[in-house]
Amino acid sequence: MTHINNLKSTYYTLKTALLTIAFSFVSVFSFANHPTHSTTIDSTLVVAEKSHNSEAKTNNPHDENHGEEKFDINKTIMEHVADAHDWHLWGHTSIHLPVILYTDKGLDIFSSGKFNHGHDVYVGKYNYKNEHEKIHAVDESGNVLENVKVLDFSITKNVATLLISVFGLILIFLTVANGYAKRGIGAPKGIQSWLEPIILFVRDDIAAPNLGKHTSKYMPYLLTVFFFIWFNNMLGLIPFFPGGANVTGNIAVTMILSVITFVLTNINAKKAYWKHIFLPHVPLWLYPLMIPVEIIGIFTKPFALMIRLFANITAGHILVLSLVCLAILFKSFAVGFATTPLIVFISAIELLVAFLQAFIFTILSALFIGMAVNIESEEAHH
Amino acid sequence: MTGSIAAIGAGLAAIGAGLGIGRIGGSAMESMARQPESANKIQTTMLIAAAFVEAVALFAVVVSLLGNG
Repeated sequence: MTHINNLKSTYYTLKTALLTIAFSFVSVFSFANHPTHSTTIDSTLVVAEKSHNSEAKTNNPHDENHGEEKFDINKTIMEHVADAHDWHLWGHTSIHLPVILYTDKGLDIFSSGKFNHGHDVYVGKYNYKNEHEKIHAVDESGNVLENVKVLDFSITKNVATLLISVFGLILIFLTVANGYAKRGIGAPKGIQSWLEPIILFVRDDIAAPNLGKHTSKYMPYLLTVFFFIWFNNMLGLIPFFPGGANVTGNIAVTMILSVITFVLTNINAKKAYWKHIFLPHVPLWLYPLMIPVEIIGIFTKPFALMIRLFANITAGHILVLSLVCLAILFKSFAVGFATTPLIVFISAIELLVAFLQAFIFTILSALFIGMAVNIESEEAHH
Repeated sequence: MTGSIAAIGAGLAAIGAGLGIGRIGGSAMESMARQPESANKIQTTMLIAAAFVEAVALFAVVVSLLGNG
C-alpha cells in the first residue's frame, strides 16, 4: 500500500515538475531551432534557385532579361513539408535512401542518388524518372509512359524517420520496463522517473475517465499511440538530421492510426452500440433519416481524427516555413530580424501543439472506444 | 483566380473557428473561476471541444490548400 501511496505522491509532484521541464525544453529547443531552420532553407534555396534558373532558361528565354529568378515560396514550402526520396542534410549533401519499385517486369532496387535530384534517368527494368518526388517510367526520349504502373515501396524520408522513431521508442520503453522488472514498483530511476508521470497521466486523465473498468485492456494501445504521435511530432520539429521529416503530417500515417482506432472501436463494440445505430430510440418514421446518419457517424469520427492530426502538424510546419521564407522573399535582413522572434514564438507554440495533438488523438480514441464498450452502463443512467 | 478565392475560404473558416474556440475558452475560464476545484475536468473537456471546432477549420484549410492546386 505504501508503495502505491509513494507512487501517487511522486506522480503529483512530478506532474507539476513536468510542466516546468516542458517549458524549459520549449525555450531551449526553439532557440536551437531557429538558426538551423533558416540555414537549411538557405542552402536548399540555392539548389532550388539553381534548378529553377536552368528550368527557366530552357523553358522561356524571355525571363533571362529580368536578371534574378523569382523565389517560388509555394514550391519551397511544399518541398519541405512533403515526403522525399533522399534526405537532405545541408548544402549539397544528402543521404540517398534506397528506392524500391515494383512494376509488371518485377522488382527494381537502387539508390535515389542515381536520379541526381531529378536530373537523371535511371535505367532499370524500365527507365525511371523522378519528377517532383513521384517516380514515373519513361521511354528513351524522356516522355512518361502512362500505361506502366510503378508501385513505389521506397524507404523514403518518412519511412526512414518512422524506423528511427520506432527504434528509439523501443529502446526507451525497454529501458523503462527493465527498470520496473529489476526494482519493482518503487521509486523510479533515470528515464523511468521522467516517463512515469506521463504514463500515469495517460492512464488517470485520458483512459480511466472514458473507459472505466475496461481501462487496463486498452492502455497498451493508448500509450503506444500517445508516445508514437508525441515522439514523431517532436522529431518533426527538429530541423536537422534525425528529425526534419513530417511523419505525423503525412496523411497515410494518420490514416493508419485512425483506422486502428476505428477497428478497435467497432470490433469491441457491445450489442447496445449496434442497437443504437440500427434501432435508435426515435419514432419509426425517422429511421430512414437516423440510420444513414448514424452509419456515416461511424466513419466520420476516425476520419476527423485523421484530418485533425494531419492538418494540425502540416499547418504548423507550413506556418514556420512561410515565416522563414519571408526574409528570403523580401531579400532583406530587417525582415529577417523582425520575423526571428515570431518564428521562435511559433516554434514554441508548435511544441505545445505537438503534445496537445498527441493528447487529443489519444483522448478521442479513448472516448470513442469508451462509448462503444461502456454503452450499457450509459443506458442505465437514463 | 482560384488561389485568391481559396484564401478567402480559409479566412472565413478562421473567423468561424476563432469565434467558436473563443467562446469555448471564455466559458471555460468563467466556470473555472466559479469552481476552481473542478478546473482539471473543465480543462480537459475544453480541449476536446476546442479540438472538435478546430477540426472543422482545418477541414476548410485542407480544402483551400487543395483548391489552390
